[in-house]
Amino acid sequence: MTTDTPRNNLPVAEQPSGKPEARRTVLGERLVEEPLQSADLPVIEMRGIVKRFPGVLANDHVDFDLRRGEIHALLGENGAGKSTLMNVLAGMYQPEAGEILIRGQKVNFTSPRDAIRAGIGMVHQHFMLVPSQTVTENILLGLDTPRFVVKLSQYDRVVADLGEQYGLKVDPRAKIWQLSVGEQQRVEILKMLYRGAEILIMDEPTAVLAPTEIEGLIKTLRAMVARGKSIIFISHKLQEVMAVADRVTVLRKGRVTAAGLETSQTTRQDLARLMVGREVLFRLDKKPRQPGEVVLSIEDVHAENDKGLPALRGVSLHVRSGEIVGLAGVAGNGQRELAQVITGLRKVKSGRICLNGTDIHNCDAHISIREGVSHIPEDRTHVGTAPNLSVTDNVIMKSYRKPPIGRGVILDMSAATRFANELKEAYDIIVPTVETPARLLSGGNLQRVILAREISGRPVLMVAMQPTRGLDVGAIEGVHRLLLAQREAGAAILLVSEELEELLSLSDRLYVIYEGQMMGELQTDAANVSQDQFEIIGLMMTGTPLEHIRKQTGAS
Amino acid sequence: MSQSAASPFFKRLPFALRIEARVEEPPGWYPLTISLGAILLALILGGIVIALAGGDPIRSYLHIANASFGNVGVFSDTLVKATPLIMTGLACSVAFRMKLWNIGAEGQFIMGAFGASAVVLAPLLPAETSPWVFIPVMLLAGMVAGALWGFIPGFLKATLRVNEIISSLMLNYIAVAWINFWIFAVWTEGGFQMSPQFPKNAWLPRLTDLAARFPFFAGLTTHLGLLFGILLAVLVWFVLYRSRWGYEIRLIGDNPQAARYAGLNITANTILVMMFSGALAGIGGMSEVTGMVHRLQTAPLAAGYGFTGIIVAWLAKLNPLAVMPVSILFGALILAGREIQPSGIPKMIQGIILVCLIASDFLMRYRVYLVRKNQEA
Repeated sequence: MTTDTPRNNLPVAEQPSGKPEARRTVLGERLVEEPLQSADLPVIEMRGIVKRFPGVLANDHVDFDLRRGEIHALLGENGAGKSTLMNVLAGMYQPEAGEILIRGQKVNFTSPRDAIRAGIGMVHQHFMLVPSQTVTENILLGLDTPRFVVKLSQYDRVVADLGEQYGLKVDPRAKIWQLSVGEQQRVEILKMLYRGAEILIMDEPTAVLAPTEIEGLIKTLRAMVARGKSIIFISHKLQEVMAVADRVTVLRKGRVTAAGLETSQTTRQDLARLMVGREVLFRLDKKPRQPGEVVLSIEDVHAENDKGLPALRGVSLHVRSGEIVGLAGVAGNGQRELAQVITGLRKVKSGRICLNGTDIHNCDAHISIREGVSHIPEDRTHVGTAPNLSVTDNVIMKSYRKPPIGRGVILDMSAATRFANELKEAYDIIVPTVETPARLLSGGNLQRVILAREISGRPVLMVAMQPTRGLDVGAIEGVHRLLLAQREAGAAILLVSEELEELLSLSDRLYVIYEGQMMGELQTDAANVSQDQFEIIGLMMTGTPLEHIRKQTGAS
Repeated sequence: MSQSAASPFFKRLPFALRIEARVEEPPGWYPLTISLGAILLALILGGIVIALAGGDPIRSYLHIANASFGNVGVFSDTLVKATPLIMTGLACSVAFRMKLWNIGAEGQFIMGAFGASAVVLAPLLPAETSPWVFIPVMLLAGMVAGALWGFIPGFLKATLRVNEIISSLMLNYIAVAWINFWIFAVWTEGGFQMSPQFPKNAWLPRLTDLAARFPFFAGLTTHLGLLFGILLAVLVWFVLYRSRWGYEIRLIGDNPQAARYAGLNITANTILVMMFSGALAGIGGMSEVTGMVHRLQTAPLAAGYGFTGIIVAWLAKLNPLAVMPVSILFGALILAGREIQPSGIPKMIQGIILVCLIASDFLMRYRVYLVRKNQEA
């Protein structure tokens, strides 16, 4: 035997009565069609999964089931617990409670190896491939056979045949670095199929793909389920889920809000609501206030994301002083890039960004800081703070250039310490001393450090990205009060959030962004949020421009 | 099947190590204790090596101590050895602070020595120039030459993302070849591979030069370079902890993304810091050639001060003030080490100290417990 047949060595392998597992060889043999198993026996059942991380309950008694030959979408916002749940299934994490059954057999995975042996393969968002090696070499990597690759060409044929079967065309001899992202993803899928995966977990597979590649992927997934594979499709994009999945389970804040809905029986709006939720808002003391002059105006801005794909496609908006303007949208639709172009961290391809009438597009970040733009970054630990520097060093990040802290080339440390102590008092930053390194602070405290720094500069414009993400209720309320106080003080605030209720309760106006384009602008009134408004925003978030909605409702 | 060969022995032990990341700052006494513990462990391991080589560890260590701190004369020699290490240690501390791995202090040191020598040998100044002019000009020349040698890897890193470890390391060899060219061909003294000796007014003043007034100083070769080193250490400390630029260096070093977000120019700072680092090493070379060697000659200049500077900086935890005592410790090791053996064991002890110290850093970030196996099961 020259090649090894990848096979499915289930540790739990006892098949239910007399139905032999379909065995497949990859050397061009026809797939042995297997009678469909009764639909009521799921291939995977997860019951009451609980997974805790320090300070977060990532999965709170989550149930999930997957039937054979279906695409089951797992939908939820960032941080809802989708990836955690799937990492539990793929053997990366051990849950604190709950059980996993595969074809009715209880299993206990202690490593990803166990999961692969049980036929579960996960395709991660970030590919795990060796760029300098060929497709075939990557696929064989880590397998016990062949021990020493002698006839690589033979395996090339096996890989090509496997790709043929599932419509995953890729040249087995190509080096990974020569491939497009879409092709690399195909290699990842092939890798799992070669290892005999019957169940594929796709972690946000479309996030890295161009639209045309997405179509190809969807076709591939369809081909795979037609051959009896089962697929879990993780996403936070509603339209994709509707297009791809047979059923959908929605997670919100670690809990299941809808389990195994048939996509044919539901609508995007229902899903949006299940995903974003609608909880009772705590009342905020938001005084009516007449907005002042336009502080920020953005006209027809185009920009690319880190991968060089268009992220902003003709965005225009304006923010006036004393006004909180919300930016709603599902994550990854250009919000981050928008915040970055305003704060000088990203170049625009075209368009204008005016701050108090002066064009600041493509200026360096320190120019926008000098002009009074403050920025609460989405990523507190990697962007917002320097972990090993003291709280003092962290709070002077934006103000060290000016007196009293920066005097000429000198850094006045006593002034800096005084400043840090003032902020510590004023913003309730709980640390033993301001000399404590930032990495020892909790998430809420760290956010207070950032807010203290950004607000203390008396900004004319504040760009707040997800300022309450990951915080507990008390901390959230504190952040909200600070933002409202800034509005009182006359700052222009652009608030980017995925929490619809937060946006509605804080904003005076609201824009909705979708794939780098504005879907429209709404006046909001926290006191009186109607069901209609929720639905309209839901539609806009999924790509329907406001005008179209107005036209339709006007017609009916 | 892959686990089979591994560890039946460890499995039978009743204890196991459990390692946890620290979530709290360790107490104040902890870092120093750990470092001293590491040095002690290194000395014990070094002692074993000495014993295996047929020596008596205790006597060897006593000999080292005596030969480097035993009386004013040898202590002065220790300080002479420590002087270039202070500069290269500072050079490395500054660059490492920004996580720029400048392995080229050696080459920058050599080029600094070359720059200073060129003032005498080219000659840029006539031989009878007053020391009040000679020394500042040579200082400047050494600084500029070192800074230029630091600029090259800095520029390549900032603009073309060339790995500075490789480029700065390779430049060391070029620097050696460069001065070899000059002393073999141009400035050779009667065919010997060294330049003629500098005129006395181009020498850094030594303590022994003051012996006429203070007889106590007779024979002490400690030179003005030590004072340069002390002043530079204070200056570098001030720059790092009390200047805007130093704050930028520390911020970029700790989190470049946050630095970008705070509006800092990382490209420019990469070049500037490499030049600053090169200038410090260059002053070291100037001080060594004008204070100690008094002529351009390869062997005493390319003696690895730049490489030892890496160890010094690391041992000092990149703290400029701590660079001074650490340099003295290493100066002593180099000096007294030669008493034991010209090369070999003393270098090995240096290496063991460095490895132990770097390894001890692990204990700063993690707690290690010994747990009973059966409890865990």
